[in-house]
Amino acid sequence: MANTLTSRGKIADHPRPEVNYLNASKGIWSWMTTVDHKRIGVMYLVGVLTAFLMGGIFALFVRLSLLNPKHMLFGKVLMSAETYNRVFTLHGVIMVFLFIIPSIPAALGNFVLPLMLGAKDVAFPRLNLASFYLWVIGAVMAVCGMIFGAIDTGWTFYTPYSTTTSGTVTLMVMAVFILGFSSIFTGINFVATVHKLRAPGMGWFDMPLFVWGIYSTAIIQVLATPVLGITLCLLALERVFSIGIFDPKLGGDPVLFQHFFWFYSHPAVYIMILPGMAIISELIPTFSRKTMFGYRAVAYSSVSLALLSFIVWGHHMFVAGQSQLATVIFSALTFLVAIPSGVKMFNWLGTMYKGNISLETPMLYAISFLLLFGIGGLTGIFLGTLSTDVHLTDTYFVVAHFHYVMMGGTVIAFIGGLHYWWPKMTGRMYNEKFGALGCVLVFIGFNMTFLTQFFLGSKGMPRRYYNYLDQYQPLHAFSTYGSWVIGLGMMITAVNLLASLRKPYDAPDNPWGGTTLEWKTSSPPIEHNFEEQPVLERAPYDYRPEPVAH
Amino acid sequence: MSTSTLDFHDPHAHGGDAHHQHHFATMEQQFDTSKIGMWLFLVTEVLLFGGLFVGFGMMQARYPQEFLEAHEHLQRPLGALNTVVLLISSFTMVMGVLSAQRNDKKKLVMYLILTILCACVFLCVKYFEYSHKFEEHLLPPRWYQAQPGDTVRDAAGNVSHGYGTFFAFYFMMTGLHGFHILVGIFLLAWIAIRANRGEFSSKYYTPVDLVGLYWHLVDLIWIYLFPLFYLIK
Repeated sequence: MANTLTSRGKIADHPRPEVNYLNASKGIWSWMTTVDHKRIGVMYLVGVLTAFLMGGIFALFVRLSLLNPKHMLFGKVLMSAETYNRVFTLHGVIMVFLFIIPSIPAALGNFVLPLMLGAKDVAFPRLNLASFYLWVIGAVMAVCGMIFGAIDTGWTFYTPYSTTTSGTVTLMVMAVFILGFSSIFTGINFVATVHKLRAPGMGWFDMPLFVWGIYSTAIIQVLATPVLGITLCLLALERVFSIGIFDPKLGGDPVLFQHFFWFYSHPAVYIMILPGMAIISELIPTFSRKTMFGYRAVAYSSVSLALLSFIVWGHHMFVAGQSQLATVIFSALTFLVAIPSGVKMFNWLGTMYKGNISLETPMLYAISFLLLFGIGGLTGIFLGTLSTDVHLTDTYFVVAHFHYVMMGGTVIAFIGGLHYWWPKMTGRMYNEKFGALGCVLVFIGFNMTFLTQFFLGSKGMPRRYYNYLDQYQPLHAFSTYGSWVIGLGMMITAVNLLASLRKPYDAPDNPWGGTTLEWKTSSPPIEHNFEEQPVLERAPYDYRPEPVAH
Repeated sequence: MSTSTLDFHDPHAHGGDAHHQHHFATMEQQFDTSKIGMWLFLVTEVLLFGGLFVGFGMMQARYPQEFLEAHEHLQRPLGALNTVVLLISSFTMVMGVLSAQRNDKKKLVMYLILTILCACVFLCVKYFEYSHKFEEHLLPPRWYQAQPGDTVRDAAGNVSHGYGTFFAFYFMMTGLHGFHILVGIFLLAWIAIRANRGEFSSKYYTPVDLVGLYWHLVDLIWIYLFPLFYLIK
């Protein structure tokens, strides 16, 4: 085992360079004008975490308000029905458009992807910076529009409500349009980077699986987002000029909006989950000290999920009045999604089987992911089945299902990835015990909050409703208590990570014994990533002992 | 210049070509990468218009008679003229790229200006077409005014919304396309100014090539829009 320990790199291989990407140039201006993918990744990280904090606080308020059916707290009404609609819209829009979509690709992906490829930067560094600023502009517009303009449409902006409600829907929709451009720029950048900037010796099937996942995501970003763009343009024109495409009074079709919207937003679900799966594919072999089981199958499953994501959008409209035939076809296609998802799950488990598993914080998140995403994925089958979906449509069952996938899947993977690459990004190790404690609390709180909602939904509690029958109160209350446990776990995690920044650099180059190229440079990396162009000698996840040199 | 023995740190270690960015090993790699980026952007453009094409198809299936009658109000000769103008502009653009490859600065600038002129002619024609539509109230449903030839009416004698829907799509799709022409004019002007400064040569003409790709796509979209609106049968 001595061999394993040294190859884990607990001891830094060579002295830490004085100058790294964090201190290579100083001052706010040097950050604002940077084209270094690592700094842009860090700026994105600060941005998306701020959005996450805001979205999280709104979520806690929604749950607090639902503590009892009258929304009473200490003898007062916490929020009116209108306020409630606005707060859950704030939660949804911020979490989807400002946090989850850019979280893994734009923040962690930006930082890690070029390092993993052995490149000096992404293909188009200035476009990368432009993407970040578009995100900032979109975020400011969206948040201002929602706080000062009272948006109560939910994050889906369904017509005809969204074309008739007062409020600044037009501003909001333009904000999402701009955010879409930010997402497209990131996607274009990553596809070009993966195609052209791989290190010498790195073929397509020598790429880390994180890169495969991010690459698949980038393809969806490029192909799906423009359709959302044109849909939102039409919605804005509908509001301003009453062009009558979606308005039935003027001969339009509101379900056409739903088709357009989900043609983007279903693939967008994979923009959210594929990067999560990509992170898990890094964590599991690293902390199991074992070659990835079925590397090619996992790589192909990422691409096939990306392609499948484009042909299942109709399952959001089973009860919206689309034809029976279309409904049956979309249901059948939806089941296909289970195949590549299953391939991934079983390959991760196959990797862990008889591995040398160590339960450090990132691995705890990976295991949480397997459990939560497993539940999220399986309950998706309930919803893809026509007969059950008719009963479960627009109930808390759906809410619970997509929170298991989005939060239990993507967010958990994101935080796991953050813990995994934190030493690389900041040069510091965090406290392992508090990291694990945060993870366990989030896991317990998450299940308290959302497992409950499966029961609520199957008993008929409709989603988005302000009032509910007294019989649902105990389960609602339990769900709210769970949200407090999540909040506590998140707080411990945040404080733990931030506290590590006060220490001097103490992270070794390769604290976890990873095999991918980002661990071959210093922590934090130097400005141009590597001292010299890395050349790939061994495939990723090769944990066989190093050949002995004679 | 030799790129085989790169110094990984020195941004100027590429034989002194000012356009060579530090994170690419060779100029060829840089050029290929830029092209991939541009093609991906063009894909997003196709999908942007794609949504509108699909919407148009759906509404045409719903209001076949209205669409057929409404399209008679479009000025087919003007549409055909614009098609020819854009085809010529595509040719001048190709000649521009060729001139850049041949290091012929004068011809490059000339062809770029010719392309800009074609684009301006296109927009002028479009202006006359639009003002005709406004005068005749051939507009989206809310403002559409019944024309003598409109046959599809409901029981109360109100004209069908399908006529207005046709013009809603007409204005959105040609409007979005016109916006792309406008953006193209600015891009071409920017390229022409840089070309005039002598920034391009057969070794480096990436921006000319990429703007050319953009311009061809804008032309291509018109090639689809023209029969879609003007030649319904």
